Amino acid sequence: MSSAEIATLPESEGFKIRWGDLAPFIALGVIILLGTMINSNFMSANNILNVITRSAFIAIIGVGATFVIATGGLDLSIGSMLAFVVGIMVMAMNALAPSLGPWAIPIGALVALVVGSLCGLMNGLIITVGRIEPFIVTLGTMGIFRALITYMTDGGSLSIDRSLRNAYRPVYFGDFLGVPYPVIITLVIALLGAFILYRTKYGRRVTAVGSNADVARFSGVHVGRVRTMAFVIQGFCVAVAAICYVPRLGAATPTTGQLWELQVITAVVIGGTLLRGGKAHIWGTVAGALILEVIANVMVLSDMVSEYLVAAVQGAIIIIAMLAHRFTSPR
Amino acid sequence: MKLRTKGAALLSAAVVAGALTGAAAQAQDKEFTLAVSIPAATHGWTGGVVYHAQEAEKQIEAAYPNIDVIVSTASSATAQVSSLEDLSATNELDALVILPFTSEELTGPVEQVASNGTFITVVDRGLSDPSIQDLYVAGDNIAVGANTAKWLVDKLGGEGEIVVLRGIPTVIDDERIKGFQDVIDQSDIKILDIQYANWNQDEAFTLMQDYLGKYPNIDAVWANDDDMLLGVIEAVDQAGREDVQYMLGGNGMKQVIEMVKAGDERTPISTPYPPSMIASAMYMTAAQFAGQAPMRGSFKLDAPLITPENADQFYFPDSPF
Repeated sequence: MSSAEIATLPESEGFKIRWGDLAPFIALGVIILLGTMINSNFMSANNILNVITRSAFIAIIGVGATFVIATGGLDLSIGSMLAFVVGIMVMAMNALAPSLGPWAIPIGALVALVVGSLCGLMNGLIITVGRIEPFIVTLGTMGIFRALITYMTDGGSLSIDRSLRNAYRPVYFGDFLGVPYPVIITLVIALLGAFILYRTKYGRRVTAVGSNADVARFSGVHVGRVRTMAFVIQGFCVAVAAICYVPRLGAATPTTGQLWELQVITAVVIGGTLLRGGKAHIWGTVAGALILEVIANVMVLSDMVSEYLVAAVQGAIIIIAMLAHRFTSPR
Repeated sequence: MKLRTKGAALLSAAVVAGALTGAAAQAQDKEFTLAVSIPAATHGWTGGVVYHAQEAEKQIEAAYPNIDVIVSTASSATAQVSSLEDLSATNELDALVILPFTSEELTGPVEQVASNGTFITVVDRGLSDPSIQDLYVAGDNIAVGANTAKWLVDKLGGEGEIVVLRGIPTVIDDERIKGFQDVIDQSDIKILDIQYANWNQDEAFTLMQDYLGKYPNIDAVWANDDDMLLGVIEAVDQAGREDVQYMLGGNGMKQVIEMVKAGDERTPISTPYPPSMIASAMYMTAAQFAGQAPMRGSFKLDAPLITPENADQFYFPDSPF
């Protein structure tokens, strides 16, 4: 490679449309087009709002997961952690409701944010200080959080106090100028995530650690601290998702958030973040979360697929989307 | 380091031995040992099973001082097999009450226990070989579907458009759907759609939203489990749809019984598939030993409609389900 080539490379990259980065959005477009052809109700404002609103959970948690995965980590505990945080939040709100009235809601939300961040911190510290694979650590904490929520609910459900229910409901069902609150919260979290990832020193360190931890270490990056922080961000995002989750059904059950970790990881990877780390796309993750929800929605709206085969078609579409991604990206 | 772990191992061995002899001493005062093996509380219904088993344990032990009840929960079929092995290795079992995780995997291990002369009571899910059991207690899943369908046909005047949410692909789910469909097929009611929502509130909520988007008119909804029903109600309320006249579930969940009692217009009934059937089975088994009441055969608990009039009999406010 000549020095002239090196000099021109960044410039040409700047002008060229990066098809690889656009892949998740193109895939989303194709699936939306498909949905419109299959059922005319698909494009109705109600349906679109429903789908976008309900994808908020996976998208918000996905923003955190993008950080963890970009550092080369993996968090399997997020689904259970969500259930645990939801449980703690409901208990806190119910306990505070008699003395504080509706003020129990913001305080409960604050409790959730603290608990979520601490859960993430715990994951991160065990991984970095204990030097254990993230897969194993979070597999362990996944079981722990799931067991704790089952214990807290006695296997049944833990419902939010009736006096708080109506005051809290709008956080999921309400909207600001026609945009549902969960969508606004998702946008804020994604913007924050994108800012941290692309515009701060910490963000650059995240991808540096993910692409090559040793090189990052030699260039003076505190790898353990960067990784731990990524898990804290993940925990915080889980708590934000929990805050949007509770007003929807108003209860925590042992099946809350079950298998969400797989959906989140799928959304992140469809979005173009490398599972081995080093490359992160916040907006791709949001698109990935939308893709998953739209596919599920189209499956119900179409009458072509037998109810027994829905999961198979969903799986196939995800694989096709990934293959398309592979062939459109330069490498 | 090595020495210390060895010491710890010795210590724990001593503790275990102590516990074992303690248990043995306790077992000696009791004439009969009744073991209960059930799934762990992983969702609402099994949470109810665990609750009712523990309550029945207290009541039976209080009522019959010569019976010792041991309740053991397991989180998977494999774990249940292991727990059976442990139970029969450490105790002289006079009776075993078991709610098997799966029919096929548990048949062999239960047969092993039965070969020692233990009285076997099977609950809910039957074994592959029914000749192993002495007593069989179960709810009627077909009736859960059929009774709901009969009520609905009656209320809708034999015609209308409905949607159905089903659970996790299992025999239980298939039977409920079959019982429901068989009755509906004889009327002019049209089932617009049936999809899986895995007995999960969240999934039921999203599925119901999709149904509401897809069909401009829905007269009634049947979710074949009350957990899912709660998600359905939330979705219908949010959409503000007035066309949905009835939203029905099944299983007899506490929250839904409360709605029935309050005379809810859209959910005026439920059908029981009560987790308390484990307690029925334990009482019957205890009667076999402590009372003079032979208990052999098959007992099928009916699934009568729960209405505001009889709802109290199906309402257990302390149960988690």
